[in-house]
Amino acid sequence: MSGVTTAHEIAIELKGITKTFGAVVANDNIDLDVKKGEILALLGENGSGKTTLMNMLSGIYHPDSGSIYIGGRAVTINSPKDAARLGIGMIHQHFKLVEAMTAGDNVVIGTGLDRRLRKKTRCAKIRDFSARFGLSVDPDKYVCDMSVSEKQTVEILKVLYRGARILILDEPTAVLTPQETERLFTILRKMKADGCAVIIITHKLGEVLEISDRVTILRKGRSIQTVSTAEVDAAKLTELMVGHAVDLSLERPETEKVPGMLKVRDLTVENSEGYNALADVSFDLAGGEILGVAGVANSGQKELCEAIAGLMKVKSGSILYRNEDIVGKSPADIIKAGISMSFIPEDRLGMGLVASMGMADNMLLKSYKDAKGPFLDKKPSRELAKVLIDKLDISTPGINTPVRMLSGGNVQKVLLGREIESNPSLLITAYPVRGLDINSSYTIYNLLNEQKKKGVAVLFIGEDLDVLLELCDRIMVLCHGRVTGIVDAHDVTKNDIGLMMAGEKPAQRGEES
Amino acid sequence: MDLIINFLVAAIVSGTPLLFGTLGEILTEKAGHLNLGVEGMMAIGAIAGFYTGYKTNSVLLALLMSFAAGMLCALIYAFLTITLKATHNVTGLTLTIFGSGLSSFIAFSMIQNAENGVPVLDRSFTSSLANIHIPFLSDIPVLGKLLFQYNPLVYLGVVIAIVMAVYIKRTRAGLNLTAVGENPGAADAAGINVTLVKYVHVLIGGGICGLGGAYMALTIGNGSWVNNVVNGYGWIAVALVIFASWNPAKAIGGAFVFGAFSVIRYYMPTGVNLPTAFYNMLPFLVTAIVLVISSVRKKKKHVEPAAIGAIYFREER
Repeated sequence: MSGVTTAHEIAIELKGITKTFGAVVANDNIDLDVKKGEILALLGENGSGKTTLMNMLSGIYHPDSGSIYIGGRAVTINSPKDAARLGIGMIHQHFKLVEAMTAGDNVVIGTGLDRRLRKKTRCAKIRDFSARFGLSVDPDKYVCDMSVSEKQTVEILKVLYRGARILILDEPTAVLTPQETERLFTILRKMKADGCAVIIITHKLGEVLEISDRVTILRKGRSIQTVSTAEVDAAKLTELMVGHAVDLSLERPETEKVPGMLKVRDLTVENSEGYNALADVSFDLAGGEILGVAGVANSGQKELCEAIAGLMKVKSGSILYRNEDIVGKSPADIIKAGISMSFIPEDRLGMGLVASMGMADNMLLKSYKDAKGPFLDKKPSRELAKVLIDKLDISTPGINTPVRMLSGGNVQKVLLGREIESNPSLLITAYPVRGLDINSSYTIYNLLNEQKKKGVAVLFIGEDLDVLLELCDRIMVLCHGRVTGIVDAHDVTKNDIGLMMAGEKPAQRGEES
Repeated sequence: MDLIINFLVAAIVSGTPLLFGTLGEILTEKAGHLNLGVEGMMAIGAIAGFYTGYKTNSVLLALLMSFAAGMLCALIYAFLTITLKATHNVTGLTLTIFGSGLSSFIAFSMIQNAENGVPVLDRSFTSSLANIHIPFLSDIPVLGKLLFQYNPLVYLGVVIAIVMAVYIKRTRAGLNLTAVGENPGAADAAGINVTLVKYVHVLIGGGICGLGGAYMALTIGNGSWVNNVVNGYGWIAVALVIFASWNPAKAIGGAFVFGAFSVIRYYMPTGVNLPTAFYNMLPFLVTAIVLVISSVRKKKKHVEPAAIGAIYFREER
């Protein structure tokens, strides 16, 4: 691929970069370099310092020590403006776009370029750029009307328009369907051919192997090694990333199914803006089964969880739990009936736990109503907290340490552990491994399998399609709040699910491919 | 017929200070800052304008001083909310209390030192703020009276509104301002100096509010100082921003409608006898109703700057 003459010229080089936040060392003496016309993958688990490192390149943070060289010249980057001037463009994980503006306006804000150009010529210039890199962007379309993938394209266009020759993409594929990912990779390859240096941050091994030329692996804030992609495989990368060999296969125990635990019929839910967040959703879930839910972000996953848990008003349709309609019941009654929900939102602390309270008190939140009398009996909750610490290997200084002091993985174990300890018959869990390292993720998967073996019905809303395919019995795919298919996870391919995530019914697949 | 024309004219005259206040607040809110200190900034602008006019007898200096005083108040607010990242609401409320108090305090000493205890502007001063007369245009029946014979400040207000509307919608700087108010993180990443944009617009917004106060002080008492001259207009202006949906051009109409409510008592048909207190209450009652309606009504998407009231800190994780 790298048949460009400038291929061996170094575009950017970092030497000995260190950044600390209080007592936490986020980056410890990191070295890294990227050549022109090269795609470098930055691989590491959450908390390994990838994003922090890249934020220093884009001027959001300032390194405590170390130096940055661009084209062989030492530079200081004090603001995003400096970064742009040096030709560095960052596409953040959470897009930095103004929703109320058009794509064209978003691209030109903050630039002092071509002040006298009228709107038409500006749009022409944007179209020109789009054509060169194969981006499809309508400059007059409002960002708020765009899909996630379109927004990402606008972000890419934005940095290119500012003359970026070094592109940094922070987990760009987290929100994309496999097909959209492929389209993104095509764009990246075009940039590479054009002589740009591309850094892609990810923890998806398959993508690293597919797109990158070299991989730099970070672990706990340090750069462990840089390897050539052609010389490694997934197992080797995992080993470097985690520090020891990990068995990546997931078990899918066969269990006896108890049908009719949950029957959802024509469920329609309106969101706060008056649109149908869920439309005519119907599915069955049996005891002893894990039903996976796939879909790009905001396809109605959150509304589905909340509707079943009684937190959101149902517009029409029914939710039958053991043949009893629970629509309209209070969340407390639903919990009492044996339905338990744990939703891990993007900020990971937003739901379910009180951040400033300790583990013991958070346990109490769920059970205090059962006790008699006005006073709290804290003993059982303390016991429970201790049991969970042992069982799930939660690392915390003590049961009264506020949970916000714990790391993300431990917080999630606390939340899921508490839900499971209430012995539910139906467990709804959304993004339980969001941001977890590999070991913790596997602890959680095992927990879910344990529940399944106990005969619990599990509704598992996930992000990683590979995991869904290996762990779940069946997979339901949502697109814009509608079910585009419920398929058997044993004999469906990732590609098929991707098409359904994009809204194609499985029946139509034949004609398309 | 004459009654109606007189009523419309009075509405426009008394709506003008609201227009200034609303425009100042629109500019502030477009930068993502909710400044509830409009009342205070207008009060300070009122005393600064009047006192300068009283002492120097120069209209230009009086207006400049009221603008500067409004900016100074806004500077306090800006420093607290932008640099020190204090809560917008509390800071704005404090500014209102501070501004109203300081205004009365300065006025008190001015009154004590005045002849007969009533500070009065010089006749030459008031006459240069009198209604203009454009030969021919002002003499057109009806239209002439409706359009071409107000005091110069009324036209100043309308001109500021139009300039501001063009600035926000049509210029690159206006686009950057909108970006800052919608999503400071995005603006920052796009290379806009968020702090600078915020300071500039919050300060100019404060200055325009100050002009509104000066308008009231210089015109309402026919040249003599009136205590508490702003009298809640700053609060109506804050609500008018919502009524005008953050659009300076719409603010013109909104301000004049509310001006009408504050003068309607003098133009009621004979036979209608409502207590004075009702008329005093009327503009505020309508404000409350407008706020209720605009909250209940399905919001049009993306009219309000999305990041209003948000404190921006680049390194926040």
